[in-house]
Amino acid sequence: MPTINFEGQDFVCGEDETVLECMTRSGMLIPSSCQSGTCQTCVIRALEGTPPPGSQNGLKDTLKQQNYFLACICKPEEDMTIGLSLVSPRNTVNVIEKDALNESVVRLRLEKPDGFSYKSGQFINLVRTSDDLTRSYSLASTPDDDFLELHIKRVPDGKMSCWVFDTLQVADEVAFFGPAGDCFYVPGKPDQPLLLVGTGTGLAPLYGILRDVLVQGHTGPVHLFHASLAAPGLYLEQSLRDFATQYEHFTYTPCVLHGDTPEGGQQGNIADIPARELGSLSGYRVFLCGDPPIVNALRQKSFLAGVSMQDIFSDPFVFAAQDG
Amino acid sequence: MSTVYEQLGGDAAINAAVDVFYRKVLADHYVNRFFEGVDMEKQAAKQKGFLTMVTGGPNNYTGKDMREGHKHLVAMGLNDAHVDHILCHLRSTLAELGVAQDLIDTVISVAESTRDDVLDR
Repeated sequence: MPTINFEGQDFVCGEDETVLECMTRSGMLIPSSCQSGTCQTCVIRALEGTPPPGSQNGLKDTLKQQNYFLACICKPEEDMTIGLSLVSPRNTVNVIEKDALNESVVRLRLEKPDGFSYKSGQFINLVRTSDDLTRSYSLASTPDDDFLELHIKRVPDGKMSCWVFDTLQVADEVAFFGPAGDCFYVPGKPDQPLLLVGTGTGLAPLYGILRDVLVQGHTGPVHLFHASLAAPGLYLEQSLRDFATQYEHFTYTPCVLHGDTPEGGQQGNIADIPARELGSLSGYRVFLCGDPPIVNALRQKSFLAGVSMQDIFSDPFVFAAQDG
Repeated sequence: MSTVYEQLGGDAAINAAVDVFYRKVLADHYVNRFFEGVDMEKQAAKQKGFLTMVTGGPNNYTGKDMREGHKHLVAMGLNDAHVDHILCHLRSTLAELGVAQDLIDTVISVAESTRDDVLDR
């Protein structure tokens, strides 16, 4: 009978017993509700061992790939170590490049530690080593790059972002934990149309996903909308225009809420623009990153325009209270 | 006799039904204010639970769950007319998915049986 390791303790799972039943019987109370694989309250992750495929029914592809499963319908077939998240080691690395992408966004490139693996679109938690101040930033690099790239927006009075802008220099040391996040591209369905929408530095994870998708030979159309309040807030415009020239199936649309509209761009509320430009989004896979209210609005608009809930991946950026 | 859930095709069919049903509900201005600001994924999981229950699939939902889960909406003014709209969306969802009329009637009667719990009466 398989053994389940949870928080350092071993539990023997009985004949025909689910992981949830085994845990509950042993006094380890995992939150649960429907106990029939529907409500997803008891979702948990196999850190070692592989959950039976049936125990991942209804989970998104990104969660399946990270070995998440539903404890209430999982009858384990092998020993597993389960938990809510991996404890990631702290990495200490040097800054190798720092340059401005526009007046309020800086690009940091960090050394990539040996053996560090992640998926484009995931984020890391950056740590200032002097006092352990920590903030999350999305990775704009792809696993093929030999550096880690972050796009950091200056937040007024933001402790971390102002320090990065004003003090941090090339060759300085920073630390990080991670990676984490489930807004990434899972290979498969290469002809599926893709929609990527980001506001501000929400472009960072999308920039990684985009390059990943193009390199992995995705053949379906790929549409990227990058929105900012006004044109000076956009960045990496030339590089994205170059991709659009190089790859016939990729289109880039810079969007602004007000002011001058860049060439080939759109003006208006970004929540309305993709469905207005593309029409029905039925069959699309969608990635949404940036300001939470806009990400939520886009999630709803995309769904109403026909995207299946299983095909919407999002990463709303949450800012520290009175800070950034 | 097999359940409507099984006749529909089980879990995969319910997943497809949730997308259709939830989209109809969100697009209906008469009821969509009750869904404003909720986490769409959690809401979809709840609707999957609801559709699984009304089609006779595996579930552990009770009248108490329906009552507790809708109390805050009753306080916002949820009434019979809103429930009528939801049942109408459920009916048209099942029809769109090609479910036979007698099975639709069975599902609707199960859903109808939750009305008093939902409206906290």
